[in-house]
Amino acid sequence: MVEPVTGAGFQGETMPLSYQELVAKAKKVISEIEPIDLEARLGSDVVLIDIREPDEFEQGAIPGAKLIPRGLLESSIPNAVPDPDTEVVLYCAGGARSALAAQTLQEMGYRRVHSLAGGFGRWKTEGHPWDVPRSLTRDQKIRYSRHLLLPEVGEEGQARLLESRVLLVGAGGLGSPAALYLAAAGVGTLGIVDFDVVDESNLQRQILHDTRRVGLPKVESARESLTALNPDVVVEAHETRLGADNVVDIMSGYDLVVDGGDNFPTRYLVNDASLHLKIPVVHGAIFRFEGQASVFSPYEGPCYRCLFPQPPPPELAPSCAEAGVLGVLPGIIGSIEAMEAIKVLLGIGEPLVGKLLTYDALTEDFRLLTVRRNPDCPACADEDNPPAIVEYDQFCMPAGSVARTV
Amino acid sequence: MARIKLPTVLRPHTEGSAVVEVDGRTVGEVFSALVERYPSLESQLRGDGGLAVFVNVFVDDEDIRYLDGLDTPVGDDSEITILPAVAGG
Repeated sequence: MVEPVTGAGFQGETMPLSYQELVAKAKKVISEIEPIDLEARLGSDVVLIDIREPDEFEQGAIPGAKLIPRGLLESSIPNAVPDPDTEVVLYCAGGARSALAAQTLQEMGYRRVHSLAGGFGRWKTEGHPWDVPRSLTRDQKIRYSRHLLLPEVGEEGQARLLESRVLLVGAGGLGSPAALYLAAAGVGTLGIVDFDVVDESNLQRQILHDTRRVGLPKVESARESLTALNPDVVVEAHETRLGADNVVDIMSGYDLVVDGGDNFPTRYLVNDASLHLKIPVVHGAIFRFEGQASVFSPYEGPCYRCLFPQPPPPELAPSCAEAGVLGVLPGIIGSIEAMEAIKVLLGIGEPLVGKLLTYDALTEDFRLLTVRRNPDCPACADEDNPPAIVEYDQFCMPAGSVARTV
Repeated sequence: MARIKLPTVLRPHTEGSAVVEVDGRTVGEVFSALVERYPSLESQLRGDGGLAVFVNVFVDDEDIRYLDGLDTPVGDDSEITILPAVAGG
């Protein structure tokens, strides 16, 4: 016979508690923070954790909060907050779940945990700042899962990439790998400027295009490849030659330009327009077995004209068509450009601002040269007086000077 | 002896060598020695009163325009990089 369960075992502290009693008990041993005090500390080094469910979080949250649903808190907290001396604020909808969660974190050794009094509900009612967090769809969480695992990217960073707009100048050797990697990474809008059509001699290095597309405009071929790779990406095709008359219009509205042009006049044009629009330019250039990459951040670091005030004479600067180029080389330099673009967009690491990376494939030698901002640069010395947008003939560029608006 | 790294575009003038070692206490002296050994380099590097504007020279990764130009001292283990502007893409 099974003994009936009696109340005999429930004595003293083991008396069953109701939910309300449990919460009240937790609140006695934890610290609560008032909304007004938390607002004063937003943006400081306090780690703010939203422990609600994802569907609650997606409708509105405190800016800067990290979502760790209550059910995952104990298992996720060691990774999210490795140092138990970190100050942590937890919040939920009404302040009950976060009180229980704060008690648990205390038991796990976190010494400076607070629960937001009244939760997000009171926070919102009292008029403290909140927003609708950027979030990813289920498919996007799978597609970008390897990015989401990186603390430097995460869901916030991935959402930022998806909202980013990058213009690729040229869909050729450098533009091909750069565009493919940026599309794969989920940069949401990729503009591409190119007036050329796919030629069979491009295919040795321009991996955006393929044999069936010979004769097709490069921007159309690029659109097909990029949207097939990632349907999240919107491709804006600019099938035109970049010139003084259109460069500012085309570059406007982009967050960043990836320069994969194949001639000096275009590079100077892109530089001068970037100074007008204050858009960073990720620079890459190749010749035979050698490549260069840098990031020109207007008025923060040197510009292209600080580095190269004047192009070399044509006999010292033959194009790929004249001089040849090993097909893998633009793959390496274009990929570095994509990496730099993503670093700039996410604000992570140290982009190549004030540095020129040089690569010699034959000796497999990478080198970082220091590039300084020229205080007398004819283009970027004076922020209030950017250079006029004038197109130069490659062969009759005035020595070390640029045209200016009067 | 200082090591000079030459870009591909100048290697036809150095019998294909990518690195040339020459003596000199300054960049100017090193370049004179270099041009003495490979005379056809002179027209590639020389501009009005010094180096051509389009030639960038780095000593141990620093641009000599922000050091002492051709008077920049060169140590025995210095690396001098001649950097061409390239535009291919």
